[in-house]
Amino acid sequence: MMWFNLAQAQSFMPTEGTKIATQVDNLYAFLLLASFVSCVILIGGMVYFVWKYRRKTDHDKTAYITHNTFLEFLWSFIPLVIFLAVFGWGWYIYHDMRTMPKDALEVHVFGKQWAWEFEYKSGVKTGNLVVVPVNKDVKLIMTSKDVLHSFYIPSFRIKQDVVPGRYTALWFNADKLGEFHVFCAEYCGTQHSGMLATLKVVPQAEYDAWLEEESQVGTLPLAKRGEKIFSVKACASCHSVADASTKVGPSLWKKFAATEHIEGEPDVNVDENYLRESILTPNAKITKGFPKGVMPTFQGQLNETELNALIEYIKTLK
Amino acid sequence: MATAAAHGHSSDKNYLNETSGIWSWLTTLDHKRIGIMYFISVMFFFLLGGIMALLLRLELMSPGPTIMTADTYNQVMTYHGAIMVFMVIIPGIPAILGNFFLPIHIGAKDVAFPKLNLLSWYLLMTGALLAFSTLFTHKIDTGWTFYTPYSIKTGTSVVTMVIAAFIMGMSSILTGLNFIATVHKLRAPGMTMYRIPLFVWALYSTAILQVLATPVLGITLLLLSVERAFGVGIFDPALGGDPVLFQHFFWFYSHPAVYIMILPAMGVVSELIATFSRKTIFGYTAIAYSSLGIAGVSFFVWGHHMFVSGQSATAGIVFSFITMLVGVPTAIKMFNWIATMYKGSVQMQSPMLYALGFLFLFAIGGVTGIMLAVLPIDVHFHDTYFVVAHFHYVMVGGTLMAIMGGFFYWFPKMFGKMYNEATARLSFVFIFIGFNVTFFPQFVLGAMGMPRRYFDYIPAYHSLNTISTVGSWLIATGFLIGLYTIINGLMKGEKAPANPWGGKTLEWTTTSPPPHFNFDVEPVITAGPYEYR
Amino acid sequence: MSTDSHSAHGHEHHYAHHFRSAEHEYLTSKEGIWLFMVTEILMFGGLFVGYSIFHNIYPEMFAEGAKSLDWKMGFINTLVLIFSSLTMALGIFFLQKNQPKKAAMSLAITILCGAIFMVIKYLEYTHKFHLGLFPGRYLDVAKVGAEHANLGMYFGFYYCMTGLHGIHVLLGMCLISWCLFRTIRGDFNPNYYTAVEGVGIFWHIVDLIWIFLFPLLYLVG
Repeated sequence: MMWFNLAQAQSFMPTEGTKIATQVDNLYAFLLLASFVSCVILIGGMVYFVWKYRRKTDHDKTAYITHNTFLEFLWSFIPLVIFLAVFGWGWYIYHDMRTMPKDALEVHVFGKQWAWEFEYKSGVKTGNLVVVPVNKDVKLIMTSKDVLHSFYIPSFRIKQDVVPGRYTALWFNADKLGEFHVFCAEYCGTQHSGMLATLKVVPQAEYDAWLEEESQVGTLPLAKRGEKIFSVKACASCHSVADASTKVGPSLWKKFAATEHIEGEPDVNVDENYLRESILTPNAKITKGFPKGVMPTFQGQLNETELNALIEYIKTLK
Repeated sequence: MATAAAHGHSSDKNYLNETSGIWSWLTTLDHKRIGIMYFISVMFFFLLGGIMALLLRLELMSPGPTIMTADTYNQVMTYHGAIMVFMVIIPGIPAILGNFFLPIHIGAKDVAFPKLNLLSWYLLMTGALLAFSTLFTHKIDTGWTFYTPYSIKTGTSVVTMVIAAFIMGMSSILTGLNFIATVHKLRAPGMTMYRIPLFVWALYSTAILQVLATPVLGITLLLLSVERAFGVGIFDPALGGDPVLFQHFFWFYSHPAVYIMILPAMGVVSELIATFSRKTIFGYTAIAYSSLGIAGVSFFVWGHHMFVSGQSATAGIVFSFITMLVGVPTAIKMFNWIATMYKGSVQMQSPMLYALGFLFLFAIGGVTGIMLAVLPIDVHFHDTYFVVAHFHYVMVGGTLMAIMGGFFYWFPKMFGKMYNEATARLSFVFIFIGFNVTFFPQFVLGAMGMPRRYFDYIPAYHSLNTISTVGSWLIATGFLIGLYTIINGLMKGEKAPANPWGGKTLEWTTTSPPPHFNFDVEPVITAGPYEYR
Repeated sequence: MSTDSHSAHGHEHHYAHHFRSAEHEYLTSKEGIWLFMVTEILMFGGLFVGYSIFHNIYPEMFAEGAKSLDWKMGFINTLVLIFSSLTMALGIFFLQKNQPKKAAMSLAITILCGAIFMVIKYLEYTHKFHLGLFPGRYLDVAKVGAEHANLGMYFGFYYCMTGLHGIHVLLGMCLISWCLFRTIRGDFNPNYYTAVEGVGIFWHIVDLIWIFLFPLLYLVG
């Protein structure tokens, strides 16, 4: 997949996409500088002493110095002051990060193995893509459908674990247009590194238009609607559609009307009934060579129209 | 100057040849032989864990599957962590060098409970065997941290591995218990707590952690097993449980555990710098108390692994603050070690090279730790390669450097032979350079946003990953040269004198190798351990 | 190489070579046992913390689970264990007084008390199994008629905590049996009874843990 984005990940830090990101980078720059200076002092001191006091004879006389209270106090107190200073500076930014803005645009996020689902208040659902307007407070209300995940936007310098059984939240105010990477940052199994999403920041007008267009999903032709659902439910995480390659489950390319070899049962013809069964009770028939119990069931998540739409879409894959 | 009678019964009898045959080793009660047995086992485990690492880095050399599938990668990643943490770094210095030298350092004939000591070794081996059995059943893929609910749901041999870790934890507890009793009760006359070597202070502080922290890991792993077996619902949200509670339980042990990993290393560094500067250690009392201080404070910082876990902001603030406090005693040690070299007589033999390598690498590891303790910085860096680089700098750049330095330092004493200095130095060069080539780019990768435990990555991260992989080959070369140095030294090394380095601690007053009972006559101590006057 | 200490009664104890005297070995062994007990307390402590957290989150569910516990049986078990701690201490006392026969009797009664405890525990467990009160997912909510869907969690804790404690009681019984055997064999004398002292400390801590378990599980509910 082509991930065009302005994040310019080739630079040492991803492009700053929010004001908080800039604040974090400023603090980080200070920490880098302070660390560098400390290392120069420590390592420089070490190298200097090793050279200056290198052994000259086997009977060198060395000084007998057990301690120096003043020096020891100094190099305890000064680091403590610096540590507390950066702690305080960090607290200030962190407080900002964790204080949820009132009247933010709220988007619901679902993490699942192995994709991100987004749901807008208007009912619009997207898969692995979240579109937000620029210069507006956005709050993400997140939960997981299975195991721990973590929603990470490197360009915004924010991250929050997504926990099953409860909600966690993140907020940001994007001040740059563009597309930004979203990564899952909590190990969650096979495709942990494949749970990529895109955060797209657009002007307000474009956002409004996009939201409107997405809401019209009901007027789309069945197969197109199926394609949307396929994307929202992230079926592509496990099933390829453009060729015969295997991701986690069998490829769906040219699958309709083909013959499928089933584990422990006679071959089946891939028709509408078989597809419906595979979506609602995936463990009923397992294709030979694939493991049982991996595909989750979508029982209760799709209504009849959506099922039809998906099946129609799969028919178009050739 | 410490006084001690230093002669063996005859010039030829020592702990190595006192009795012979493998059975005499497997039933030994001699702390020195037990230390050697640990050395062989731990070295073997390190080799295995290291091969896992090389495989990981090979896979990560380029994006997409290179030599394995995602599932295999996740398994290799898990075993690399579990082997290195439970079988190498936690037992590491205390079980090998601590077992060998703690009694000698305090003028004792053995540890307090020699049979318990042997049991500790057998427990480690049993746990390790059980852990390796999972390679043949269902290889685990949870990461060494076993986070729930994934570790509850995955169909792999989690319970077996967790029981193995429990058993290895018991090994650690018994070693710690043994060391505390030994330090309290078996010091030679005149050996006050302020005359024990700093290595002993380090082992003592570590032992306190082993005894107090490890039981909590035990119960955490037990609860995880019960959760998997019975679906009790404490960590499983589907049953009303709290997955974040697992993290609290887990890190309550595992944070002190990282100090179990580093404190003994710091003890070794104190010994090396004093001896190779021929100068008394600067700030003995400060270093001793800082070890205790680090051990104490380490119990209150576990939440800094959980800043983005869903724990409250207030908790985050408290944990960040206390973590800053634990940085101070660590900084004190660094300054004191460097001050020791001031107006000393520094000789750059291989053990000292490793000690200096420790100072360099631990400095970087330490300052990046402070960075990670700053809340908003950790929000960006948590679970990225920045953290991976940080902990490898402190655990490998720190502990492993110290174990190599300590091992070469004490090699003549342990085996009565000298190793080849040139190849030892060569191994240092490869390890030091290779280490930086492997792990420094990972700081950058983390800053660029690359998460950890990633089988695949976006093309932007490609070149730094390739560099890191090349570095891993340099490290491997360095360790192979080191292994060659050891084996060559054992087979063909020159006979070692009693005190090749001019050390002042008690082990250098006995023969190389020491006699079975360490001392013929109990030494009487009249001065501190680093009296270079 | 070991060294002997002779008592006025001509008994010998070979204390290990790395100790200066039998007294030195005795004091060190005691410290070792206490250190081990600290780890046991911490391990059980973790369980107590877990129990407290979930008791706090699901107070009514825990109350429902606690209803199936018979406080009278728990109380009897408490008395049994406290009494056994007394007989254990008496065992050591008689050894100090060079009365091995009475010591052996005291140790035997201690083991008996342990057995009574385990029998009562067995009765409690089987009664619960009969009612279908199994841990976790094995508790059939419908069959049991439970008001709370996660009642299995309560019994998970119950069996874990009492089970782990029970294992320690059994372990203690084995250790005391070994001490009893050695007493009869004449290994101990007023100058040497370290093993019994150590096992005694273990037994007292096992008793102590029960004294916390009992009110937490049976009374607080």
